[in-house]
Formats: sequence, C-alpha cells, structure tokens
Amino acid sequence: MAWAGFAYLVAAVCFIMALRGLSHPETARNGNKFGMAGMAIAVITTIAMPSVLSYEWIIAGILIGGAIGTVIAQRIVMTALPQLVAAFHSLVGLAAVFVAAAAFYNPEAYNIGSSGSIAVASLIEMSLGTAIGAITFTGSVVAFGKLQGIFGSKPLVFSGQHMLNAGLGILLLVLVIWFCATEAPWLFWAIVLLSFAIGLLLILPIGGADMPVVVSMLNSYSGWAACGIGFTLANTALIITGALVGASGAILSYIMCKGMNRSIFNVILGGFGGETATGGGGGDDDRPVKAGAAEDAAFMMKQSDSVIIVPGYGMAVAQAQHALREMADLLKAQGVEVRYAIHPVAGRMPGHMNVLLAEANVPYDEVFELEEINRDFSSTDVAFVIGANDVTNPAAKTDKTSPIYGMPILNVEDAGQVLFVKRSMSSGYAGVQNELFFRDNTTMLFGDAKKMCEDIVKALEAN
Amino acid sequence: MDQQQLLEQAQSLQEQARALAEKAGTLAEQAATLAGPAAEAAAATGGTPFIVLFTAFVLACFVGYYVVWSVTPALHSPLMGVTNAISSVIIVGALIAAGPAEMNISKVFGFLAIVLASVNIFGGFLVTNRMLGMFKKKQK
Repeated sequence: MAWAGFAYLVAAVCFIMALRGLSHPETARNGNKFGMAGMAIAVITTIAMPSVLSYEWIIAGILIGGAIGTVIAQRIVMTALPQLVAAFHSLVGLAAVFVAAAAFYNPEAYNIGSSGSIAVASLIEMSLGTAIGAITFTGSVVAFGKLQGIFGSKPLVFSGQHMLNAGLGILLLVLVIWFCATEAPWLFWAIVLLSFAIGLLLILPIGGADMPVVVSMLNSYSGWAACGIGFTLANTALIITGALVGASGAILSYIMCKGMNRSIFNVILGGFGGETATGGGGGDDDRPVKAGAAEDAAFMMKQSDSVIIVPGYGMAVAQAQHALREMADLLKAQGVEVRYAIHPVAGRMPGHMNVLLAEANVPYDEVFELEEINRDFSSTDVAFVIGANDVTNPAAKTDKTSPIYGMPILNVEDAGQVLFVKRSMSSGYAGVQNELFFRDNTTMLFGDAKKMCEDIVKALEAN
Repeated sequence: MDQQQLLEQAQSLQEQARALAEKAGTLAEQAATLAGPAAEAAAATGGTPFIVLFTAFVLACFVGYYVVWSVTPALHSPLMGVTNAISSVIIVGALIAAGPAEMNISKVFGFLAIVLASVNIFGGFLVTNRMLGMFKKKQK
C-alpha cells in the first residue's frame, strides 16, 4: 500500500503548487492545472485501492455532481461570485458530515475498528470533523441567503444571543465527550443537529457588508472539517489539503478584518450597523452639497492629466463595470492617465472588485491595492468614486468617536477634485455621514452608477 | 482376513490423511487471506501513528501560511475558488465508503458525499479557470 501514500503526497504537493501559482496572474492558470492534476491523482489512487470493488455508484455520483458543477460554473455571473463560493462551502461541510456518518456506520472500511468498538481517537476526530462540517454547512447556507438577498442582509440580533451561543457550545462539547465514551448513534446525530443550529446562530447576527469576513471564515472552516476527517481516515492528502485551506481562509479573514479595523470577535459577535449604529456626524445633515451632471464630470476628467477610479460594491450592484471601462478607454484615448484603486474590503468577498474589473477587460496592471496607490492621490487631478463610501471617509483618520475610526481608507480627499457617483445622500453601511460630500472640491453625481457612466461616455464622445 | 482388513484400514487412513491435508490447505489459504487485511490494517493505523499525521498537519499549516501570504491580493477571489475546489479532496473518504461490493447505509452516505464533492471539484476548478482567464495584461 506504500504506493498509495506516495500518490497522496504527490497530490498534496500539486495542491501547494496550485496555491503558489496564484502569486502572479501569469502563473495562476498553470497553478490551477496543478490543482486539477492533484485532484485527479487523489481520486484515481483511491479508486484503485483493493477495498474499492464496485464502481457503479462512484461513477454515477461523479457524473451527476460533475455535470451540475460544470453547468453552474459556466452560467454564473461574476457579480454573483460571493454567493456561489458560499454555496460551494456549504457542500464541502455537508460532504464532511456524510463521510463521517459513513465512517461511523462502516468503520471496517476505514480500518478504524468495528461497529461498537471504534477507536476512541477516531471517535474524537470524527466528531470534530462532523461538528465543524455541520457548522460550515448551515453557516454557509445563511451566508448564501444573505448574499443572494433571500434573507435580509440586516444583522439579526436578539437579547441573550451570546449566552445562548455559549450555552450551545458547551452542550456540544458535552455531547462530543459523551459520544466518544458511549459511541451511541443518537449522539452522533445529536452532534450533527446541534452543530447545524450553531452554524445558523453564528452567521445570522452578521450584517451584509461583513460578508467578506464571513465567506473567508467559512472557507477556513471547510478546510478544518476536511482536516478532521483526514485524521479519522489517517489520510495525509486530506490532512495537508485541509490545513492549507484552513490557513488560507484564516489569513483572508485576518486581512478583511484589518481592512475594517475590527477584530474577528467583533465581527462574529455582530450587531454592527443596522439601527444600533451611532457616532460622529451620523444622521441627517442639511448642509449644501455641490451636485453635478454627467457633462460636468466628462469635462472635468477630460481636462485632467490623471484620474484614479475608486470602485465599490455599488458598482457591482449596478453592473457598471463595463460602462466604467468604456469611460476609462475614452479618457485614455485623450491622453489621461487612468488607474484603479481597490480597498481590501470593497465588494462582498476578498478580491471581488479585481475579478469584476478583469471581467470588463480592465488590464490588471492598471489596478492597484490600497498601499500601492494611496500616496498618489495627492498628485492626482480627479478621484472618481463609484459605489464606495465608507472606505473613503476621512473621519476614519480624524474622528475618534466614529465607528469606523482606525479603518485604513483611500486618501481620495487629497486629490484635486473628487467625483462621487451615488444614488442618494444616504450614509454607507457603517451609518456614518461622509464629511467629503460637503467639501468645496467635491462634486456629487446623483444617479445609477451604470447610467451615469454611460452618460459620461456619451458626453466624452460628443466633443 | 487380516491382510484384507489391514489393506482397508490403510486405505481409510490414507483417505483421512488426504482429507486432513486438504483441510490444512484450505486453512492455510484462509490464514493467508486473513493475514492480508490484518497487515494492511496495521499499515493504515499502526503504521501511521497519530504523531506522524499530526506532524504532517502542523507542517502543512506553516506551508499554507507562507504560501497564502505570497498570493497577490488581486487574486484573492480565485484563491477562494481554488481552495474551495481542493478542500473537496474529502471525496477520498466518500469513495472508500461507496467502494465495498455489499450494500449498506454507508454506501448511501458515500454516494451523497461523492455527488456533493464532485459539484465542488468541477464547479470550483472551472469557475477559478474562468476568473483567471479574465486577468489580462495591458495591450501595447
């Protein structure tokens, strides 16, 4: 059986290469091929094992699942990427629960003892894998529902929530210990059901704009679930891959939290935004703002030497990325330098904006991260903010009472002129008024982001 | 008479001996078949003690940490796509469950897990491929 161990090792190395490839867009596609090769090696190795004797169910399962997956991957629109990823995470979680159940009812197939006398170590690993898998499943279903707009994206907060969660967590621990001691089937399913409930309660209180963190966190969980099952099966490919995925999700969660200057506990405990938000400069404000039309914006940008575009989730909602790229092309044809600045938490998942811009054929070397471009705003004539708000709010730097204080922001206020494409004067997710709107060098462009870009394109073409 | 009886006895003894030999042969075969899985079981569990698996786990965490920090932020969405696809390597456990010839409840669980994991494998890799195909350099 030594060859199987080697084959799994090769698969694991392929997965590491797949992640490594993502360090640059040019090597990324090759990396993805490594990933596919690794998966093929792992699957073929397992099917070739002497204990695998019947292939009908296996082939049927792969054909059904593969067909569904292929169709979904080809049809999905890129704005719906976050909910697709959430849905995929839920499948990994549920698959982990099923594999654990299979191992529980037929332990002989996995060499972990026989029914009624499974090794205690295996029971511990199995129950951990099951619990994490089940939490990932319902948590991801809720995240999917919030991102897809099936449930309201408002955080669901009720009194005693944290006490209830803590109580359920302790109960889960008791059940796991009891299960490991008695190996009773009803306890296995009790762990599954309780973990389902915890997954729901964990994600329901988290608001829509915190979804980048949630999606990354669930990504991490799905990895740890695979890891737990890997220990049960004594399979190194599963353990190594699970650890890679777990680490990846954890790092992404950390980056997202840092992008919002919040701790992971603060996000998980929820209650940010919604009605509870108070703080500096919030609420109604009837100071005058300077509103402009598409023609003014077109004229202003055409006269400038450099423009930095700051896209946010509003651009994705309005599907404005194609019109935006057309606008940028026309400006470039006039000799204007056009660049894009992306805030780490723009969009609903890590890197979402980059994919949307890439889809609209924006070359990736015109797109910059916050640290790369933040100094350049002061030497830029026009900052064009489209569908973003909180990530440009200078209150994050100056107002200690503001809920977003300390969050890294894009320094658009340093640019010569600031154009804000917004539907209305409403405040952003954090419920804070943006001081920038009232500055002399700010022009508000009220309207739908896509319509506004199209109008600017027309104005640019007209003269 | 004696000769006759002796001959018969000898013959019956001979037959008994043959039967015993046959029995021994089948027993030896059974022992051999039993020894196979036992040795495999030892290789699977006894051969890889917990500490070996745990070592792989901890080292993989470190590899993951450094590899993921080297991923460019622009590709964080494809990173999620690809990690999502490779976490479906859990299909390995599902294949073992669905593999045995005889029908049991585990086979059903295994089948369901194969379907779910396959959706993820195909969907995850293909959607990542689609995303990566969009990232293009400036045309000069």
